[in-house]
Amino acid sequence: MDSTIDLPVPFTRWFAEKGWRPRAHQLELLARAQGGENMLLIAPTGAGKTLAGFLPSLTDLVRRGKLPPGSAFTGIHTLYVSPLKALTVDIERNLMKPVTEMGLAMTVENRTGDTPQAKRQRQKLVPPDILLTTPEQVALLLANKEAERFFKDLKYIVLDELHSLVTSKRGHLLSLGLGRIRRHAPQVKTIGLSATVSDPMDLQRWLVPRGEAPAAPAGLVHVTGGASPDITIMGTESRIPWSGHVSVYAIPEIYEEIKRHKTTLIFVNTRFQAELLFQELWTVNEENLPIALHHGSLHAGQRRKVEAAMSENRLRAVVATSTLDMGIDWGDVDLVVHVGAPKGASRLAQRIGRANHRMDEPSKAILVPANRFEVMECQAALDANYLGAQDTPPVGEGALDVLAQHVLGMACAEPFDPLELYDEIISASPYADLSWEMFERIVDFVATGGYALRSYERYAKIRKTGDGRWRVSNPAIAMQYRLNLGTIVEAAELSVRLVKRGATGAVGRGGMTLGKVEEYFLEQLVHGDTFLFAGKVLRFEGIRENECLVSNAFSLDPKIPAYAGGKFPLTTYLADQVRSMLADPKRWQALPDQVRDWLSIQQERSMLPKKDELLIETFPRGKRFFMIAYCFEGRLAHQTLGMLLTRRLERAGAHPLGFVATDYSLAVWGLNDIGGMIGEGRISLSELFDEDMLGDDLEAWLAESYMLKRTFRNCAVISGLIERRHPGKEKTGRQVTVSTDLIYDVLRTHEPDHILLEATRRDAASGLLDIARLGDMLKRIKGHITHLDLDRVSPLAVPIMLEIGRESVPGEAHDAVLKEAADELIAEAMSP
Amino acid sequence: MHRLGLAARITLTNGVAVGGEEILVHGVAAVCDPLGGLYLPELGMLVVSDLHLEKGAAFARRGMMLPPYDTIATLNILAAVIGRYDPKVVVSLGDNFHDRRGSEHLPADLRALISGMARGRDWIWINGNHDPDGTVDLPGTATDELIYGGLVFRHEPSLISGKGEIAGHLHPSATVRRREKSVRRPCFACDGDRLVMPAFGVLAGGLDLRHRAMQGLFNHDALVAHLLGRDRIYSVRYGNLLG
Repeated sequence: MDSTIDLPVPFTRWFAEKGWRPRAHQLELLARAQGGENMLLIAPTGAGKTLAGFLPSLTDLVRRGKLPPGSAFTGIHTLYVSPLKALTVDIERNLMKPVTEMGLAMTVENRTGDTPQAKRQRQKLVPPDILLTTPEQVALLLANKEAERFFKDLKYIVLDELHSLVTSKRGHLLSLGLGRIRRHAPQVKTIGLSATVSDPMDLQRWLVPRGEAPAAPAGLVHVTGGASPDITIMGTESRIPWSGHVSVYAIPEIYEEIKRHKTTLIFVNTRFQAELLFQELWTVNEENLPIALHHGSLHAGQRRKVEAAMSENRLRAVVATSTLDMGIDWGDVDLVVHVGAPKGASRLAQRIGRANHRMDEPSKAILVPANRFEVMECQAALDANYLGAQDTPPVGEGALDVLAQHVLGMACAEPFDPLELYDEIISASPYADLSWEMFERIVDFVATGGYALRSYERYAKIRKTGDGRWRVSNPAIAMQYRLNLGTIVEAAELSVRLVKRGATGAVGRGGMTLGKVEEYFLEQLVHGDTFLFAGKVLRFEGIRENECLVSNAFSLDPKIPAYAGGKFPLTTYLADQVRSMLADPKRWQALPDQVRDWLSIQQERSMLPKKDELLIETFPRGKRFFMIAYCFEGRLAHQTLGMLLTRRLERAGAHPLGFVATDYSLAVWGLNDIGGMIGEGRISLSELFDEDMLGDDLEAWLAESYMLKRTFRNCAVISGLIERRHPGKEKTGRQVTVSTDLIYDVLRTHEPDHILLEATRRDAASGLLDIARLGDMLKRIKGHITHLDLDRVSPLAVPIMLEIGRESVPGEAHDAVLKEAADELIAEAMSP
Repeated sequence: MHRLGLAARITLTNGVAVGGEEILVHGVAAVCDPLGGLYLPELGMLVVSDLHLEKGAAFARRGMMLPPYDTIATLNILAAVIGRYDPKVVVSLGDNFHDRRGSEHLPADLRALISGMARGRDWIWINGNHDPDGTVDLPGTATDELIYGGLVFRHEPSLISGKGEIAGHLHPSATVRRREKSVRRPCFACDGDRLVMPAFGVLAGGLDLRHRAMQGLFNHDALVAHLLGRDRIYSVRYGNLLG
């Protein structure tokens, strides 16, 4: 088709034998990469992205031919990095097929945390031509004395699922690694593969060296089109619930769809939903269809089994969380069911792409909203998918804890010159704006903790030597670095092992390991409690050493593991869409009758806010007074807002008692008539919602915030302040390792400006506290607040009112709980 | 955070003992103080346990640069409790330092702080498993065990007989659960015969009363957890902790 492209004979013959023709974008990418450009390929699933990404390498290797025996050491030719271990294995399989069929003389190997030590050792001595790996392994290889030898011949770096990599700390680590690789291999070119993103230029810049003399952004090949997906919102006979997240009401309909299709992938947003949905499906599974479960807490062996069964088309349905979001080829999936709202238009597009891996056939998907607000959210996401809107998060500023980890790694590789390392670091796009002063503080932190009180000089991990270079103090530090490497910090977890009922003695050994549960969840359990895990109802038998022992239970009312995280907040884009849908009754036509009626009644009893208006309702209920703010900014931002508003209302004398936040609104309640106080002018809403709450009030709250402590823990582990806990190597409970909450308290009291606290605040601002988004909202609603004082609860308020008591902010309960328990003792003592 | 914050407040007000809980240990009156000390009025004695001084430095020696402020923070709280009761005797029940090298490498200003607190009273360092060799260059006497006023003071609770024993080592903490909310706090654990002290050091952490290491030490029917609250002690029966 394009005669200017010089495709080697084995390729033209192979394409001809298959009756295929290379696609235009594959050839364009090849030509431009051969011309020396760094490249970004944006294409929908099924467009032959993988082959396109590897064509420059494969053709180059074919021209090079097989290395004659006895030739000099040759480092790797191509480095492929993906965010998922499973994906590297999958790609190896997909790549080996054409390589074998064409009889190409080249070696392709993968290297992950699961690769045996012997093989990893051998790869260093005899590197493969193409190495498929993860960001963590890249960092490990770079922190090695042999790094230069290993990378010096590198021609191409292929970065898969780049859109998902760049927004995380793993992406930051990888970008720093690229900076170092370019030093070893200045000739190297990058090829990024990505799903559609909102701003391709972000990625185009990410792929090239920045710094003082930034290179031209990577070239872009953008494949659009493909068949429009066939998406519907599931209609139901039953009532759509007012609140909640689990869509149990739709189980019969979902089961019918499974029966009607070959293989159905059912996506949910949290592990909690996955567990519950899986159990509910099996209770209606009269035909005993093979339905499996896949989420991150399950034992790796179990997950592999599901994946294998899936690719061999032995399953009819899999209930999965984001562990299955990315590009793995899963057999013949012909339907994607998305349970719960997708929370983001881009995420939905990505997940729907899992069905039907051929670009020219439409993927089929059904959305199952869990409640009435989600119906609107699903409709908005559906409109967005047709319109091709994208709402992926922007590539953020590089995290400081990751930088600290990288600096130590570079010292482990070889003594570093600080000026050289600084140049290398600011060549990575997330760190392009890093100041020299901040870099020096990080180096100081790595060396001695970076404290104002300089008492650890003699224990320094890295030291400056006579030639001005920093080197590690002893080999144990390098070992420590390797064990702590990585940017994913799991909560403290225990393995769950299935034993026979009541067998907490020696007989309890040897049962099956089901997966891992977080320690804080288990702390709440007492012997005999039941919970849902790995698709089973389990009875808690006790904790022994580092294992949680459980037996099979037949309880109908299990507690359910409350896994941390996993709940995506609503994206700004979808929030916007839902707000405009509310404001525009014409758009309600697409909504089910139940939802339309709900909105109409709201309009009669109260009102619906205009697109940029903030509606505040107040009303009494029971002995309490409620204030509902319909902000639509996502749960995290609402939680932060709730914390700050209750402080302000307390000062205003409204005696707030509590609050609850959902993705759509915030409810605060108290003993005093908040609505009346607003009416009398004793509370001014514009002052209450003033941006200045992000100043002192925020600071004061952060002091005690559970969310900030969790963020601090991650930063402490990633930055290397404390060691990671390794499975099987945890100390026994009696010698508990030091708690990061305690470290946080001490540090905050004695050195509030410490760099790790700064790193924590930066993370929290964009992460768990979503302060940035809250700030944007407060700006937007200035002068647009409408207050309605009602005499009873409004229809729009019902969903959040139902959440009260169900959701609580963890870790914020304090002495009140203790007092209640102690008072019982007093009552007991005082009774006759 | 509350202990760190409170310590500053109390040194300022030098207030009277508020929020303490009076109990009996083997017939001897004792006050559990919310800052984590145990005061025995009849003996004029203040007991603290598991200070784990220089824990930050001990970790730094192994390449984990914990904040170097833990010792000063712990000593500030200790000064506050001593200020409250003005005891004749201070007993530190072992694991006074986080490791064997701690007391030898203690910075001079912190050493002076301890000497100041010890002036005009007796000071007894009970040896713990972290610091079995006693202390270097500090006021007071180091010993493995103290028998005094009908009570026995040692670091590790004895497995043979706990009658009249005041011990540390285990860092007891308890979780109270009411209406789906849980609060975990360090506590004094006492069944009337034996008392195990909460850890006093700010980086010392806690171990749940339900942990195996606690088994066999207490008569669970009589066991009460005296939890350290923000400004008072909360006493909850073992059987009622989880509601």
